[in-house]
Amino acid sequence: MRKGTKLALILGAIPFVTLVFALPLVNRIEPVILGLPFLLFWILSWVILTPLILFVAYLLEKKYNPPEEED
Amino acid sequence: MNLALIIIFTTIILSSFLGIYAGRKVKMNLENWTVGGRQFGIILIWLLMAGEIYTTFTFLGASGWAYSKGAPTFYILIYGALAYTVSFFILPALWKVGKRYGLHTQPDFFIKRYDSRYLGVLVALIGVVCIIPYLQLQLKGLGLIVQVASNGAVDPKVAIGISFVLTCAFVYTSGIKGTAWVAIVKDILMILAVFIVGIGVPHIYFGGFGKMFRKLIEQKPDFLVFPGAAPQMNVLWIMSTLLVMGLGFYMWPHVFGSAFSAKSAKIIKRNAIIMPFYQIPILLIFMVGFTALLVIPGLEDGDMAFLVLVNKTYPSWFMGFIGAAGAVTAMVPSAILVLFASTLLAKNVCQAGFKPQMSEEKVMALSRFMVLVIMVFALVFAIFFPNELVPLLIFGYNGVSQFFPGVVLGLFWKRVTKMGVLCGLVAGVTVVIILILSKNDPFLGMNAGFVGLAVNSFFAIVVSLMTKPSNGGFK
Repeated sequence: MRKGTKLALILGAIPFVTLVFALPLVNRIEPVILGLPFLLFWILSWVILTPLILFVAYLLEKKYNPPEEED
Repeated sequence: MNLALIIIFTTIILSSFLGIYAGRKVKMNLENWTVGGRQFGIILIWLLMAGEIYTTFTFLGASGWAYSKGAPTFYILIYGALAYTVSFFILPALWKVGKRYGLHTQPDFFIKRYDSRYLGVLVALIGVVCIIPYLQLQLKGLGLIVQVASNGAVDPKVAIGISFVLTCAFVYTSGIKGTAWVAIVKDILMILAVFIVGIGVPHIYFGGFGKMFRKLIEQKPDFLVFPGAAPQMNVLWIMSTLLVMGLGFYMWPHVFGSAFSAKSAKIIKRNAIIMPFYQIPILLIFMVGFTALLVIPGLEDGDMAFLVLVNKTYPSWFMGFIGAAGAVTAMVPSAILVLFASTLLAKNVCQAGFKPQMSEEKVMALSRFMVLVIMVFALVFAIFFPNELVPLLIFGYNGVSQFFPGVVLGLFWKRVTKMGVLCGLVAGVTVVIILILSKNDPFLGMNAGFVGLAVNSFFAIVVSLMTKPSNGGFK
């Protein structure tokens, strides 16, 4: 597997870890942050961070994978 | 004639004409009709994909679940982000093989990769069985919204009849391009509606969402953590459901197929990056449901919470605007569903199954004819038997997610074989059907589709390793 793809996949796993597998750990109301119960705050934060994570993955793929013929 | 009524029907009619107008200069062959000649840039692709994930169910269901179940509704906010992450990795590769082999639909992919027409027919039939009840759900939501928004002046059957015939008209003339253009109207209206109501309602009743949540924590704290008011929806169920939906979303035949309309693999990848931002308005829809829980408790049907609260809060012309936004929000996904269901039936069932020598012009003509067949069929069900297809709905997501191993292994694993994928698919779908029919969903706390997917992947991998490797139709 090319290095860029590998790094991108590791980043791509983050939303699954935080938004699926971590749910049992964050299933609570306190602390209330910015007016939101903790569970909802956690979910919202990672949903907002997901595009940024994917953007970094995109940059890493571009940096480490040799450019392909234009597609 | 009241003002709300004028707003609703003007919007429905103008949007449909926009859809018809979109196709005026395009020569309609199958390539242009189903995949827009593979010419869509980032804006049209974004609109199309956003059109698919934001449906009437998002409007009514996300607020309805917040109202009646509480925290389990959060899954709607999450699964999109997971689905887009998956799409970042698989859609560019899929787009490339689509371009190389001229694929139009999901069954086309199976036919080419596994060199098997009959596998394609099977995938197409499962796809259509999942699509039809989903289409019914959209039409039902449309009827409901227009009825409430017009204050009972319009019978839901009339609303469904008029808007769906117009929807099929622009699908017939303009194919996917018409749908993408109507999606522009839909997105503007829907985002406006969600922002106005989602920010407005908690503010009007509580002076802001922070104060609203404080009240909710005092009165109904259970609603804000899993399983909320739905004991079977515990954390394990939520997790397994999220995996099924996150992996399964792009396996819907219409979502899968619309990836082929992009101009390049790069456009698809960039789109995957920006899509999760589009999930944020769902938070505002939750706010409406939670506010309704405090302000108008005790509604029999939670899915009505959004409409009842808006009706109570805003003047009647504003209800017209909500009705218009809701109607177009149902029309866009309905259009994509009809478009792909007809192509699947014409190209992947009739042509691939019975008449492989059929010319492409004939397939195109047959696809358009199928639009009319599905229109009549869906209208008859929506008007005369509105509840007959509801039990099929639960099969939808669980069913389409069973395509996941066949697609992903087909793209990235050379060793996967036709027999492996066939055994996996049949085993997965059978497990799902048995669990649902025997009332064993959830099974050991897990979503039935997830159990099916695990069995499916196991068979796909093991049987592939036991059969002779083949690249199928891929070079």
